[in-house]
Amino acid sequence: MILGLDVGGTNTDVVFLSQKGVQKYVKVPTQPDNLFKSVLSGFTLILEGVDPACIERVVISTTLTTNAIVQQTVTPVGMIVSAGPGIDPENFRTGEHYYAVGGSINHRGREIEPINEMEIQIVGEKLQKAGIEYVGVVSKFCVRNPSHEILIKRTLNKQFKHIFLGHHVSGNLNFPRRIATTHMNAAVYPLHKEFFQAVKQSLEEMGLTVPIQILKADGGTMTLEASMDFPAQTVLSGPAASIMGAIPYAPDGQDAVVLDIGGTTTDIAFLVDKTPLLEPVGIQRGGYKSLIRSLRTDSKGIGGDSALRVNDEGKLTVGPDRMGPAMAFGGSVPTPTDALVVLGLMEEGDQDQARQGIKSIADQLGMAEKEAAEHIFKICCNIILKKTFEMIDTLNAKPVYTVHDFLEGYKFSPDTILLMGGPARFFAEKIQDMYQLETIAVPYASVANAIGAALARTTCEVTVNADTEQGVVTAHEEDFAEPISKSFSKDDLVETAYSLLKGKAENAGADPDTLNEVEVVEFQEFNIVRNFSPKGKILRTKIQLKPGLIHGYESMLNQQALEN
Amino acid sequence: MLNAPHKTGLVFFPAFDWAIDPTHPEREERLLYTQDQVTEEGVFDVPEIIEYKPEIVTPKDIQRAHFCVPDEQAVTTESHLISAGGAKAIANAVMLNEVKNGFALVRPPGHHSMRVTHGGRGFCHINIEAIMVEYIRSQYGVKRIAVIDTDCHHGDGTNDIFWHDPDVLFISLHQDGRTMYPGTGFPSDLGGPNAKGSNLNIPLPPGTSNEGYLYVIENCVLPVIEAFKPDLVVNSAGQDNHYTDPLTNMNFSAQGYARLTSMLKPDIAVLEGGYAIEGALPYVNLGIILAMAGIDYSGVVEPNYDPERLKQSVSITDKIKTTCDQIMTYWDQRYELREAAGEPGQIMTRHREVFYDTDNIFERQKEKVRVCRDCGGSFEVDSKATPGNHILGVHIPINACKACREQGYEFYDRADNTKYQRIYLQDRTTDLYEVKQ
Ligand SMILES: [Zn+2]
Ligand SMILES: [Zn+2]
Ligand SMILES: [Zn+2]
Repeated sequence: MILGLDVGGTNTDVVFLSQKGVQKYVKVPTQPDNLFKSVLSGFTLILEGVDPACIERVVISTTLTTNAIVQQTVTPVGMIVSAGPGIDPENFRTGEHYYAVGGSINHRGREIEPINEMEIQIVGEKLQKAGIEYVGVVSKFCVRNPSHEILIKRTLNKQFKHIFLGHHVSGNLNFPRRIATTHMNAAVYPLHKEFFQAVKQSLEEMGLTVPIQILKADGGTMTLEASMDFPAQTVLSGPAASIMGAIPYAPDGQDAVVLDIGGTTTDIAFLVDKTPLLEPVGIQRGGYKSLIRSLRTDSKGIGGDSALRVNDEGKLTVGPDRMGPAMAFGGSVPTPTDALVVLGLMEEGDQDQARQGIKSIADQLGMAEKEAAEHIFKICCNIILKKTFEMIDTLNAKPVYTVHDFLEGYKFSPDTILLMGGPARFFAEKIQDMYQLETIAVPYASVANAIGAALARTTCEVTVNADTEQGVVTAHEEDFAEPISKSFSKDDLVETAYSLLKGKAENAGADPDTLNEVEVVEFQEFNIVRNFSPKGKILRTKIQLKPGLIHGYESMLNQQALEN
Repeated sequence: MLNAPHKTGLVFFPAFDWAIDPTHPEREERLLYTQDQVTEEGVFDVPEIIEYKPEIVTPKDIQRAHFCVPDEQAVTTESHLISAGGAKAIANAVMLNEVKNGFALVRPPGHHSMRVTHGGRGFCHINIEAIMVEYIRSQYGVKRIAVIDTDCHHGDGTNDIFWHDPDVLFISLHQDGRTMYPGTGFPSDLGGPNAKGSNLNIPLPPGTSNEGYLYVIENCVLPVIEAFKPDLVVNSAGQDNHYTDPLTNMNFSAQGYARLTSMLKPDIAVLEGGYAIEGALPYVNLGIILAMAGIDYSGVVEPNYDPERLKQSVSITDKIKTTCDQIMTYWDQRYELREAAGEPGQIMTRHREVFYDTDNIFERQKEKVRVCRDCGGSFEVDSKATPGNHILGVHIPINACKACREQGYEFYDRADNTKYQRIYLQDRTTDLYEVKQ
């Protein structure tokens, strides 16, 4: 039996799942300034009449770190960056306590200029004087050679509570994003730690002693312990939970779009054969770009509560703002939800209020009331689908770096749309009608996010580089480096990568029977040639445990569940 | 977050899976370290820098610039088509005003490919800039284009393709042909009779450093561009002038390249050569990208850069000044030189030999062009290559006058088809390409 909990902006949803399906679910209002209380009351309610001993797994997804970052209520941390030649690191300043220091490593991982320890000590003293307790250290090309970061940490270790190093963040290159990500990890760490230690303690008091799993932005889980080193990975796990919740209903071997229609926005995501697509580099949403692996999602400012207006040209506009709830629910501005009420699709809410709102729009458009409601409904579907197809075009236009990829480039083309969120079931039929694409309103749409969190499996990736000229294979993200011979091959590389991945996955709490769902994301092999003669090879690979669902709960997808 | 003053498009197509052979200098990892550097710098995250996917050029695109013998398929591989397609993608982005300027970092290069192409020369099979320029002229109706070739080798292919075209200003800066492949490109090579002065060749002595290159840009290239008033400036941005390049003997640096780019302000830059792939390309490419986007590039410096050691001698400086003066004299006299080249209606003949070092082909050409004051003049080129191919290509320029157009059709209709395996007609006025066998 599994518990899944998702803290949303409005509600905190909790589900209790058995292999037969959803046994129970509860919703409690989220208290934005006391998420701990929201989590606690969610668990208390769901556990009423349940024997805690039968719970094998608990997964939590929260907006805690997202909120802290968006609202900038994070702890001030020190950042020490060592850039070497290139763009001025001042451009990537994270705040007041940001110091660019000397030292340089090149793209092959060779040291070009050493670190000046005196300089580091001086920076350390300044940070201490400013009362800083947590520090992030990032050097350019640390992914190829982290020795400068390690040296800086060693120099300052005694003076700070915790020092976060850039090369632990990701095997991907991208110095500015690594700075931002390391900064985020350091900045949300105290908050994250305090919160989850409190949650853990409270759950133990309720008799729940199984390890707690936390949902990441990539739709995978990690253990509470593993999350302490990378707390920022929980940023934006909310949308990830929803997408994971749609997976059970996605068709095998086909492409599908997930639309989560909320009050203010619609989140759009993509599944290929039940596996969600990831952002190519990392979370890139709003003001921040990071190396945090995340599902590829985008938001369109249109939802059930979007404000409806008629513009100067007599055209209907929808959103992107929300002026409170629908008129049917006490709002003052007509919304798409009011149109649904007028069309008789939705039975809740105040009919008269809704009609009054839609009538004002109808008058401006010179239409009858029903006709206007139908028009509004259609326009909403159009706007959402237009944005969806624009995103698919962007997806399919992504650059390629080999002739093979250019010629074989996978074109995403959806066969199915999965709808989630409150108004999902009303939209499903309309969209199917308008676009002739199979459209499914996901069962338990209102708690599908918590189901997604509950069923998500552990994910992780490793990036391994071998350089036979320098005689070394490395995965600095995993603190791994070993000497190799000139004959080190592709098979050796993949084997190394696989064993590192396995270790990492087990540490993160992966179920051993998902360890075969490994995917080689990237593989490259180059000859190093100098003066027309081969000097060695560069081999690179990135492999991952794909995001997906744990096994043993497939029967939840039986016809009965779909008809629920 | 880093922002740029304006939008710059990039096509990055390193063709990681294509090479002539495993140890060839134009090989798979040529752009690998550039990709590492540019990715690590977060360049693609600058909101104003937009990465485009390369397109693929069609036979039709190639037929505007080349007579491919026997046909397009025979002289190209997919990577050539995608490389030229990368330039085309950037051209579209710039011409549609999606970006202010753009840089195609693609391989294989193209600037040694001539109008007639029987195969590979100097790592080039088809001329990616020329295909792009002709695409722009046909698709967007642009009339005047300047192509500035800053590759260390003479851009002899581009030089050849626009030899008779007064509407395309081609300027090549390169290491003196007496010291390097392909051994051509001297100041007195000024273009065909109808286009004298619109092809300028500026040979530079070995050992030329930042000072010399920037002197030529400032005192020769920029004044000529200003007088020519092009609608579009294209830079064939070869990077083999670098002081560490294994194939050349120059002393140019990443700072020099960035400065050159910010002075030249190309609308479109297309990567050509550059074979110091580890110590130069990552920094040079980064410098050019930042310069194009208008971002501060002062921190882009090669790890072993020592400006003192790279200083050019006084005698080099003097030589460059003399060359520049000579070029400017030719430029100022361009109209007189065209007058003197022949009488309108007259047919001028030229004989040439071309060696294809990559594919080991030897070609003899006999070219006839109509002297004209109103357009570039139609021409025919009789090309015989070992082993075996003998073809005739007829070209009618895009802005051809009536008389030249008629002359072109006369060349084509009168050609003796027992003498040639194929006779090609490239009528740029109607964007038509026809082959008689
Ligand atoms: Zn040149
Ligand atoms: Zn060259
Ligand atoms: Zn004419």
